Amino acid sequence: MNDLAFLTWVRGTGLDIALSVFVFGVLWRLIEIYGLGAKKDLAEPRRADGASGWHTIWRRSFPQKEAMKKAPVTYIGGIVFHIGLGIVVFFFVPHILLIKGVFGLSWPGLPSQIIDLVTVVTMAAMILVLVDRLVKPVKRFLSTKADYITWALTFMPLLTGWLAVQHLLLPYTLMLAIHILSVEILLIVLPFSKLFHAFTTFGSRWYNGEVNGHKGVAV
Amino acid sequence: MSATMEKGVRVLKEVIDSRIASYFSSCVHCGICADACLFYTETGDPKYTPINKLEPLCRVYEQEYTLLGKLGKLIGWSKAVTDAELAEWQELVYNSCTLCGRCSVVCPVGNDIVYMVRKLREGMSASGNAPDGLKGAVTRTVTIGSPMGIKLPAVKAQIKHVEADYGLKVPLDMEGADYLVMLSSMEIINFPEYLGAIGKIMHSVGKTWTLSSEAFEATNAGMQIGNSDLARVIVSRIVEAAEKLKAKTVISPECGHAYTALRWEGANLIGRPFTFKVQHIIEVLGEFQAQGLLKTEGMETDKLTFHDPCQLARRGGVIKQQRVLMNMVAKNFVEMPDAGFMNWCCGGGGGASAIEEGEELRLKAFAVKIRQFDAVKPDRLVTACANCRIVLEEGLEHYEMKLPVIGLTELVAEHLPEPK
Repeated sequence: MNDLAFLTWVRGTGLDIALSVFVFGVLWRLIEIYGLGAKKDLAEPRRADGASGWHTIWRRSFPQKEAMKKAPVTYIGGIVFHIGLGIVVFFFVPHILLIKGVFGLSWPGLPSQIIDLVTVVTMAAMILVLVDRLVKPVKRFLSTKADYITWALTFMPLLTGWLAVQHLLLPYTLMLAIHILSVEILLIVLPFSKLFHAFTTFGSRWYNGEVNGHKGVAV
Repeated sequence: MSATMEKGVRVLKEVIDSRIASYFSSCVHCGICADACLFYTETGDPKYTPINKLEPLCRVYEQEYTLLGKLGKLIGWSKAVTDAELAEWQELVYNSCTLCGRCSVVCPVGNDIVYMVRKLREGMSASGNAPDGLKGAVTRTVTIGSPMGIKLPAVKAQIKHVEADYGLKVPLDMEGADYLVMLSSMEIINFPEYLGAIGKIMHSVGKTWTLSSEAFEATNAGMQIGNSDLARVIVSRIVEAAEKLKAKTVISPECGHAYTALRWEGANLIGRPFTFKVQHIIEVLGEFQAQGLLKTEGMETDKLTFHDPCQLARRGGVIKQQRVLMNMVAKNFVEMPDAGFMNWCCGGGGGASAIEEGEELRLKAFAVKIRQFDAVKPDRLVTACANCRIVLEEGLEHYEMKLPVIGLTELVAEHLPEPK
């Protein structure tokens, strides 16, 4: 298979497979998790639950002062790479064109120089949190193979995309094909790994906030 | 696999719900919960990282409730939880967790880690892996009526003493009173001034109250050990007494876990909402103050600080009332760093203080309290939990720090105007 045939495959059949597994996987996992259900809390609430679940979804995105002092690399590195990923994935013009092609939706993108910069910053933040994971006793102790594999699977699309745009290392066509393939691997693995926190984090924060709202604890 | 182990795993399967599934699916091993836990910060040992204390529950979840986990178990990638492992985890699930809840409020992905520790204890207890100290406390509560083995005659004797010392009547089994007052064993044995204080305050604000001869003990070792069946037996006594005496409100004593057991777990344990209200004594006093019923005179002039019991503040939502009350009776009330919502646990909550083999670790973890005290150098320490009080006194003695500990209810009672 030559480079062009490879690229054609990942853009066609490969993408179809990856998207199907992703969509099916996400639905499967959401049902597997939330289908278990939780018992209704019979204790009289201190006040109506209100929007405490939503508050917690929002507020846990930011560190508490004390926690920030103790884990600045985790917080800053984590926040920077999550936001960076979001910008690169959704505001790089070729990505928007692809999304438009598949779903028919589109929005304005950012200039490629800015995307370049954000990509480099995001990769730097990811390397920083990886080093932190290897160096800090607690993180190292908690980390499993899956943590390192999912890190690599998230890093690969960033690196290959950046190399493709910069025309580095491999011919553009081949690098682009590898880039798309790495995204497809990520999409397939996401629902069945730690990466699924991209979805469940919101559910978890909501549950936590709801319980605290029930008790009248402001968090 | 032994029969008790099988039972333990079955119980763990039963307690797993969508919350736990969501929480485990969200954890990215960031380790931020470690810095929130006094057993980690004071030892530096990563095994005390809160999420690590849940490892057996996590594995049961993955192997029983996820497609990949089931596959992994089938082909031998993921090992089943063993007897030896649960025995090893006892220290992590009980001795080094007070259910204080600091981890649950810092977790960036929103995991309520304490909720899961509480559920894991159900399986630990069912598989015979709970600590002996707690087993004893539960047995005594179920068979005798109180974790410290106190029976009604001891309560009656104390009633007599209090009536003589304070010159007031302590009602027993009075129907239709505004408040049914519960006690903790610790108060019956070590702090009789609590009952006297209640009597004085109720008299002063003009409310009716009573004790019950059938249910006087509010603490719930069944909840602490993680046995919902026994926790239900214990809480049912209070429910039956409250309904029989037609009490409007049941007052949880100065005891953090008694409050959680009654206020938040109680209705869920018996499977129906209560027909009466449950309030912690500090909430009741706060309400009296807000309604203008509670009048005090004179002020303490020495430097006082307040230790927030975890179950009252962070896990219970009562944070402002104790501060209003402190300022009513103390001129020089100072706050420790992290006081209030993020206060550090005394190290003895969640049943930990009943575990003898956990004492060394508990005292080590107490160093965080010493740092808090050193930061403000108070003359006296006020709290609202008899268990915190005992644990604080023990810790202070170990670190040779002279700091008297008193209960807020009795402090307020000392400032009531003299009856004319």
